[in-house]
Amino acid sequence: MGEDARISIWFFIGSLLTLYGIIIFVVSLPPIFLSAPEPNVVLARLHAGFWWGILLFGLGVMYVYLFWPSKTEGEEPEEQKELSDPED
Amino acid sequence: MLVNILSFLTFLDSQSIVSLGWGDMLIIVLYFLLVLGIGYYLKNFTKTGEGFFLAGRNMTAWIAGLAFISANLGSLELMGWAASAYQYGILATHWYWIGAIPAMLFLGIIMMPFYYISKTHSVPGYLKLRFGEGSRMLAAISFALMTVLMSGVNMFAMALVMKVVVGWNLNFSIWVSSLTVMVYVGLGGLLSAIFNEVLQFMLIWLGSLLVPILGLIEVGSWSGLVAKIHHNVSGNYLHLWSSLGHYTNNPMGINWIGIIFGLGFVISFGYWTTDFLVVQRLLSAKDLRSAKMAPIIGSAFKMMLPFIVILPGLIGLAVMPGLVGQNQAIASGAQSYNEILPLMMARYLGPGLLGLGITALIAGFMSGMAGNVSAFATVWTYDIYRPIQKALSPKEYSDKHYVKIGRWSTFVGVIISIGTAYLVEQSASIMDYVQALFSFFIAPLFGTIILGMLWKRTTSQGGFWGLLVGMASSIGMWIWVRLDPAALSIIAGSADAKAMAEDMYRALWSWLICVAVTVVVSYMTTPKPEAELTGLVRGCTELPSEGHLRLTQRPIFWAGIVSVVFVILQIIFW
Repeated sequence: MGEDARISIWFFIGSLLTLYGIIIFVVSLPPIFLSAPEPNVVLARLHAGFWWGILLFGLGVMYVYLFWPSKTEGEEPEEQKELSDPED
Repeated sequence: MLVNILSFLTFLDSQSIVSLGWGDMLIIVLYFLLVLGIGYYLKNFTKTGEGFFLAGRNMTAWIAGLAFISANLGSLELMGWAASAYQYGILATHWYWIGAIPAMLFLGIIMMPFYYISKTHSVPGYLKLRFGEGSRMLAAISFALMTVLMSGVNMFAMALVMKVVVGWNLNFSIWVSSLTVMVYVGLGGLLSAIFNEVLQFMLIWLGSLLVPILGLIEVGSWSGLVAKIHHNVSGNYLHLWSSLGHYTNNPMGINWIGIIFGLGFVISFGYWTTDFLVVQRLLSAKDLRSAKMAPIIGSAFKMMLPFIVILPGLIGLAVMPGLVGQNQAIASGAQSYNEILPLMMARYLGPGLLGLGITALIAGFMSGMAGNVSAFATVWTYDIYRPIQKALSPKEYSDKHYVKIGRWSTFVGVIISIGTAYLVEQSASIMDYVQALFSFFIAPLFGTIILGMLWKRTTSQGGFWGLLVGMASSIGMWIWVRLDPAALSIIAGSADAKAMAEDMYRALWSWLICVAVTVVVSYMTTPKPEAELTGLVRGCTELPSEGHLRLTQRPIFWAGIVSVVFVILQIIFW
């Protein structure tokens, strides 16, 4: 992506998904392990947050690993051109 | 794409649907911090005109394709079409399939080479090259006005949805979202907008996907869904085509001619192939093959969207029957089907997941605004400001000057959008007019551009007058129906036609009028020499051969795959 940008968009997305995965996983734990009341949603017994949190975390870590900035650190940004103006 | 925003948002008086916990709030705050951080980071990569206005023209096909699809994937779209699915059933899917896929493939295979090879920076810029300054100015001014007003409408809609769904103050939503968009687009230009569109695409899928999954588990898979819908409502809610023989056979009040020619041809081709908001994303591609592949990739994802948009509406019809239209909801205090998507989120998504779902909605709104503002900045700077400045003064300005103007026009665009949002708050009917403005423009513009690209005999005068008369005829038909509702039966060909059919047929007529005027005027005037049409018109342009590419590297191969899947889906849901 944006080959002249040092950090890929996928790295940003991976970082956010990792954090989201952790948050969603953590807030879904009390009903499972601390006998807190189940959230007032349909199919609460499936603990969708627990599994979705793990999925987001896994997806996020994968993106962070694959698009870690140091992997593209050696690449200098391309010289950007001025906007060509064929309408002139 | 053309949901009636006004009717959709008339559920203002309802109380907030969900309440958010600390985890949900943290997810929303992290999103805002990230988009601001991305804008700040990308500032260093957008110092030239090409960097700021065209994202450096080095996006891969995947990024350009996802941004292309996301620019249209606003939250109002998601909520509006989920509501339409509840109201009209699976017919709403036409706006995602026949109303998008053929046009996207046509854009990728037929039109993209000319946009890309001509090296234009915008759709009005192409009109300048093909037809001259008059057509460019007409298109640029209409587009700039329409875009900045749409941005304001979206901003107000977002604030309203946030008020209804989570109970946030209207002013808080308007100012926080618009200042965030102003900062990250002002700093990073189109590159920043594209980054956030890709981020939004991921968030929308990951934030919404659990709703149809859990919904299907609750109703007992597709067969259970069908059985429950048949039990809850009578009428044809589960067939795409078999109920389109006549206006009265389906709840939308439309027939197959309107869907195929009005929606599938004129409106869809007009929007997807000429609206600069979406085309700008493709112009940022790194090479012609990527620019051709991007809309094809986008079309594949577009085809999947009914799973997270239409299916929740249908599941709502199965598990929450009895929701009513907005007028009835206001009168009776009952819940409206316009709220179906947040209602379904509240039904299935617990703590944390709900925050993700709401963040997806916010991301959809904000990237929609950013898309409008970045397209406005480009068209204003290069298609309005620059020609006028050159006409008034012979002085040459540097590239840096235009980047500065671009950043300032981003700022001004956001301020006008905020003003529009508050105007809409004072008078909701403004939203209707802004939507109508959009519909006046796209169908004739498609007529002008398609003739310009494919027929070398089209002249500058033909292009200009065709566009002008096409737009005027569309405005005329709209006013005619407002003054005399009976005129709808003349425009749509039947007294049974409903409002949805009006949009389709008005677009079809204005396109036909534009094409007819363009052809007649072109035959009366002198065409440009062929040498001047190189790179702009089919038949005068040598397109790069793809013969040396492997089959799986050729855009036409993937367009064929998407077409086959598209046809299979029509047959399955016939």
